[in-house]
Amino acid sequence: MSKLDSKIPEGPIKDKWTTYKDKIDLVNPANKRHIDVIVVGTGLAGGSAAATLAELGYNVKAFCYQDSPRRAHSIAAQGGINAAKNYQGDGDSVYRLFYDTVKGGDYRSREANVHRLSEVSANIIDQCVAQGVPFAREYGGLLDNRSFGGVLVSRTFYAKGQTGQQLLLGAYSAMNRQIARGKIEMFNRHEMLDVVIVDGKARGIIARNLVTGEIERHSAHAVVIASGGYGNVYFLSTNAMGSNVTASWKIHKKGAYFANPCYTQIHPTCIPRSGDYQSKLTLMSESLRNDGRIWVPKNMDDVHAIRAGKLKPTEIAEENRDYYLERRYPAFGNLVPRDVASRAAKERCDAGYGVNETGEAVYLDFRSAIERYGSEQAKLKGLVNASKEEITSLGENVVEAKYGNLFQMYEKIVDENPYKTPMMIYPATHYTMGGVWVDYNLMTTIPGCYAIGEANFSDHGANRLGASALMQGLADGYFVLPYTIGNYLSDDIRTGKISTDTAEFEEAEKNVTDRINQFVNNKGTKSVDYFHKRLGKVMWDKVGMSRNTKGLKEAIEEIQSIREEFWKDVLVPGSADGMNTELEKAGRVADFLELGELFAKDALDRNESCGGHFREESVELDGEQKGEAKRDDENYAYVSAWEYTGEPKDAILHKEELEFNDIELKQRSYK
Amino acid sequence: MNLKLKIWRQKDAEDKGKMVAYNVTDISEHMSFLEMLDVLNEQLVNSGEEPVAFDHDCREGICGMCSLYINGEAHGPDRGVTTCQLHMRMFNDGDTIFIEPFRAKAFPVIKDLVVDRSAFDRIQQSGGYISVNTSGNTQDANAIPIPKADADEAMDAATCIGCGACVATCKNSSAMLFVGAKVSQYALLPQGKVEAKDRVMNMVNQMDKEGFGNCTNTGACEVECPKGISLTNIARMNREYFSASVTED
Repeated sequence: MSKLDSKIPEGPIKDKWTTYKDKIDLVNPANKRHIDVIVVGTGLAGGSAAATLAELGYNVKAFCYQDSPRRAHSIAAQGGINAAKNYQGDGDSVYRLFYDTVKGGDYRSREANVHRLSEVSANIIDQCVAQGVPFAREYGGLLDNRSFGGVLVSRTFYAKGQTGQQLLLGAYSAMNRQIARGKIEMFNRHEMLDVVIVDGKARGIIARNLVTGEIERHSAHAVVIASGGYGNVYFLSTNAMGSNVTASWKIHKKGAYFANPCYTQIHPTCIPRSGDYQSKLTLMSESLRNDGRIWVPKNMDDVHAIRAGKLKPTEIAEENRDYYLERRYPAFGNLVPRDVASRAAKERCDAGYGVNETGEAVYLDFRSAIERYGSEQAKLKGLVNASKEEITSLGENVVEAKYGNLFQMYEKIVDENPYKTPMMIYPATHYTMGGVWVDYNLMTTIPGCYAIGEANFSDHGANRLGASALMQGLADGYFVLPYTIGNYLSDDIRTGKISTDTAEFEEAEKNVTDRINQFVNNKGTKSVDYFHKRLGKVMWDKVGMSRNTKGLKEAIEEIQSIREEFWKDVLVPGSADGMNTELEKAGRVADFLELGELFAKDALDRNESCGGHFREESVELDGEQKGEAKRDDENYAYVSAWEYTGEPKDAILHKEELEFNDIELKQRSYK
Repeated sequence: MNLKLKIWRQKDAEDKGKMVAYNVTDISEHMSFLEMLDVLNEQLVNSGEEPVAFDHDCREGICGMCSLYINGEAHGPDRGVTTCQLHMRMFNDGDTIFIEPFRAKAFPVIKDLVVDRSAFDRIQQSGGYISVNTSGNTQDANAIPIPKADADEAMDAATCIGCGACVATCKNSSAMLFVGAKVSQYALLPQGKVEAKDRVMNMVNQMDKEGFGNCTNTGACEVECPKGISLTNIARMNREYFSASVTED
């Protein structure tokens, strides 16, 4: 257990970070020139870290599997980024952002890390504006804010529906400046396939050049993993096609503990699956729930008629609709948090009320909003006897101004006009709160190996609030890691260049090469996707939105047998020399097949419901909260950190007990 | 629907390459174009052949990784979309579809439909940034009010996803819409003014060095741009470039 030292600084929570910064060891600028740092992944966390470390004077080598660092999947984040600026004067503060984040995470995050995140949040906005990120502004020229789910203030900064894109391009531009100076050496189309440990410390990586197929050795004094989340273990998710767990999993296998793998966020408003050929799911921003009402038909006859194409949703009378969120949660209605909204949609669809062919879709209806806005506009314009058509048209204009790009995106994909007929939505895997275990320094249990952004576990507990992922990625990369890594590297000023011509690099390279050869020589009969889809189905059915002991035990066995079959029968055409996209996928799916099992094992261990993790055995049995998730603070207020010992089934659980000194633990109620 | 595909296959950068015919059957109109290619690739893999390599990642029209020249159009026949957002309902049963990589001297083919767009990165590295270090002590974000109209216009320019459709569709393989968008974003914001002259000179020089052609104002780039980046950005870049050239120290 000695390894699990969270290294939280002493003192009152509001002083911890300041005191820490005052006391750590620094590396002088002349010495930084002799220190190399590897950063794997160039999203918000990796991009901002690489740029900042290079500005400080370290020699950075950055790696991404895409053709440019600008493509990392942070780019797809729509809604915004939180910061405790209190520009709106609505009572926001560092403490309130801290409190909301801990509560939103269902009291399963580490207080000290979350407080630090809140403290640096305001700096992020200053930094991004200085970089030229074009945030939305009000007519007075000052920055605009909007509100997101689970909070009572407006603290979200945004750039249309493309906030992630603009922030990532900001980090990318900062990287470009350092690439031009020669302080960052950029390796596009490269994938990290192992970490190299020398004398117990992370000293480099083995990477594959995805264009030439060459296996390369890269050394450094520290290795930073910023490779994002593992949502693609479900096959279908809102992640990019290439998003993978490989970098995190490789360090896990070399000694980094993996924390809370079962904490996954299933986002309630995504476009439903339309067929087996589907390759990914598309998210529709949470902001739509401000104006959309979610419902399914009350009568099963109507459901059948809709599926058979004999009835249109617009023809169903008001009294025959079940606005189930408004019914179950009158206080929050359609604006309950993501985990609650997702489970409620699943409950209705499991009961048979799903409204599309697959039975996995509910309606998100803007008719009420269109009518309400239309009447308001008619009044404002002085139209006394406005016709129904006029009102509708006025209302549609308002809705278009608010959500136009989302409606257009929906129409392009589904080929239905959401102004005229309700959208169909269904939950989909979106974000993983779990990840590599890190201490307060963001260092993993491997000395010199760090994990930042979605790849680590620390800040979001069991459920992440909207607009907090961007905040955490940039906080880690711009403002936290550059300090904490210096404390470690200050011991390395006399080390000198790390040689790659050593037994450790030799062995790591050999393992990588052997595995690649195994894939291309296997000559099985089934494609990589065949196995990935099967894994995804087990994960979704048994380790998805709702989990129970029986299902989880079955899942573990099924994943083991899929994995066995995979290694026997996978077919990877082509060779290892040169670009081979099937080979890339094979390596990633092999790692998902191991992670999936640990994921289920973790979910089985945690016999409580918290945030995105819902155990059917742990629900409120009576009272006002009957049927709702029941957290068990007495037995489960800990972080599960798993140690790899050979097979996922043999992983050893280490517990980091969570202490809440500044926030009182309460049940979340949205009734 | 059943379709005939004619796809560019090229083993690597040195290979000469050729069009190869394939058939796919039972394609649903709800599929995206790339999902149709997934079906073809699954078919190829199952018969032990190498699948067609193509670039793609987010599959929601924002990462800019997907490309493809489909029936002679960058990102295919629909407007305002990337290839990953193009749906098969834009095609008819029995159609023959020609699929080629983005073609430009500055975008050499790596394999099949995958091209090397790192020239775009190098242009950005030559000046597509504001020189500000990360400190946590920059001035407050609201210290300089920016008129909403300027901020909105900068945002419109900044939405460029760097896919290269503008280059692929231009008869001169010009990158001026791409470069113009970045120059404009910073030219419209007070933060970008300090380095404006150097930026535009360096970026344009790098663009020329990479082998992109010149602009002859045909406007094809604006038509094919999945993000609707306007030609105005090219005009603004030309203005910036001209004024920088005549006032240079």
